Amino acid sequence: MKRLFMIVLAAGIMITSGGCGSGNREKDVVIVYNWGEYVDPDTLAMFEEETGIEVIYDEFETNETMYPKIESGAAGYDVVCPSDYMINKMIQNNLLMELDFDNLPNAKANIGSQYWEQARGFDPENKYSVPYCFGTVGILYNKTMIEEPITSWAQLWDEKYSDDILMQDSVRDAFMVAEKLYGYSMNTLDPDELQTVKDALIAQKPIVQAYVIDQVRDKMIGNEAAIGVIYSGEAIYTQYENPDLEYVIPKEGTNVWIDSWVILKNAPHKENAEKFIDFMCRADIALKNFEYITYSTPNVAAWELIEDEEIKNSPIAFPDLSLYPNLETYVYLGEEGDSLYNELWKEVKSY
Amino acid sequence: MNSKRKILAAPYISWSVLFIIVPLCMIFYYGLTDRSGAFSLENIIAITSVGHARALRRSILLSVISTFLCFILAYPLAMILTGMKKNQHSFIILIFILPMWMNFLLRTLAWQTLLEKTGVINNILTFFGLPRLKLINTSYAIVLGMVYNFLPFMVLPLYNALSKIDENVINAAKDLGANKIQTFFRVILPLSVPGIISGVTMVFVPALTTFIISSLLGGSKVLLIGNVIEQEFTQASNWHLGSGLSIVLMIFIIINMVITALFDKDGEGSAL
Repeated sequence: MKRLFMIVLAAGIMITSGGCGSGNREKDVVIVYNWGEYVDPDTLAMFEEETGIEVIYDEFETNETMYPKIESGAAGYDVVCPSDYMINKMIQNNLLMELDFDNLPNAKANIGSQYWEQARGFDPENKYSVPYCFGTVGILYNKTMIEEPITSWAQLWDEKYSDDILMQDSVRDAFMVAEKLYGYSMNTLDPDELQTVKDALIAQKPIVQAYVIDQVRDKMIGNEAAIGVIYSGEAIYTQYENPDLEYVIPKEGTNVWIDSWVILKNAPHKENAEKFIDFMCRADIALKNFEYITYSTPNVAAWELIEDEEIKNSPIAFPDLSLYPNLETYVYLGEEGDSLYNELWKEVKSY
Repeated sequence: MNSKRKILAAPYISWSVLFIIVPLCMIFYYGLTDRSGAFSLENIIAITSVGHARALRRSILLSVISTFLCFILAYPLAMILTGMKKNQHSFIILIFILPMWMNFLLRTLAWQTLLEKTGVINNILTFFGLPRLKLINTSYAIVLGMVYNFLPFMVLPLYNALSKIDENVINAAKDLGANKIQTFFRVILPLSVPGIISGVTMVFVPALTTFIISSLLGGSKVLLIGNVIEQEFTQASNWHLGSGLSIVLMIFIIINMVITALFDKDGEGSAL
């Protein structure tokens, strides 16, 4: 029955896209699916010019919105850049191709060993993924609106800042904040702990201004909110735009994440995909991307090329992680864990 | 004659099979099965879970309020329009429809800029030394967005129905001694029922199912059933639950249509 529908669906797609489908096959392309504003467009143009391979580029906003598209396989992407726990899920569900590192010399040479080490948490043998960006999740606040120093997740529950708080509108990041507040693991599946966390998030809801993702950046720059949960990479950009903003990693600990390039198992253009990933790992290209997107790069060769000493030694971009206790990385929770989190998140959101 | 008619119907029939019947069957297939493909009513029953039921209740409440407000705003306007001369009313209708030439999303985003904490309205208020209002990210903002976006869908059918009323019928009522109020309640209002029905349906249905207005003007704080369904498809990748909840929503829309059809004796309103 399911197959029948798929055939009908496929037939429909073929009727509507017959023309361009055959066009794609003749040209040399690589189809990339990446986070929004997560690459310097110039580097894509440079890649096209140097290799003659056309880049078809598509963007997503969260790991959760990316996954169903990949799983259904309808889109035919080659290269994707998911985060740690999602790569773990994709490995387990057999969606990724083992990489041939002989074709990825830049990746082997330029990515720092500590990041390969860290990536083993979700890709145990470093077989499927090449780290692209990493960072932490923390609190961004406006020094002109908030007088006291911000040090703890608990301050996101402070009624003083009612209607000035921005939370992340993605289930894992929102839960992480409350889980760390109570000292739980951010990968907990304990029902009692999750109940406590859910109640905390519900209690916080009346003083939250909005649940947003990419808009945290714009709202903080525009002084629309005083305090928000944000990725470290965004923090550097917001500080360029609004010097009143300050980023902190709360004392209870936080999430350390890595976003990595992967090639899908059924990638139609495997060789081009390898070329693309390796190009992205070239020191000058990685530097260009770092300067544009301001997310920390695990590319040590690129880091050495950074001229601005302040950025090079920035505690936001390249923090000494040994200084912070209780850092964790998300792991895939399994299908049941995922739906448990989703169910609780809906209860929070609908409250 | 008959075979000719069939040929003429062919383009629309193939269109509706491909883009209405097939997708509908897929929704029912996904909605009535679980992940393993076995038959299950779980996705339908899921509407009773705390989060879903709350979202559905809120959706119904907000869309009923919006429909009512649209009606209150649109009926007098439609009556004024009918009373006008031809060239005058086409100008007013033009003004009324003009915003619809701009994309729906952009118009809603514009409201975001107006209502924000540091937005246009609050800036004007603070300029005059008045306190700021909390406008955005509330249910009120969502109702405002719904009324603003769907009002034309109420005005146009009402105007159509009212302008079709024969002037002589109203004159006859006056001849027979009815005063203005009596004429309105016993002649004009009953004759405009088909317009009311299509207006109500055309506002209520999109308001009940919207997810974009609530996420833009509600700051994702106010979760409607449309948002739940959207997130099941795009984030939780649970097409089965998303389809199951869509079926429940369809049932509510059908109930709305049945209720309105009861009032619509001539069947004119169902020409939607």
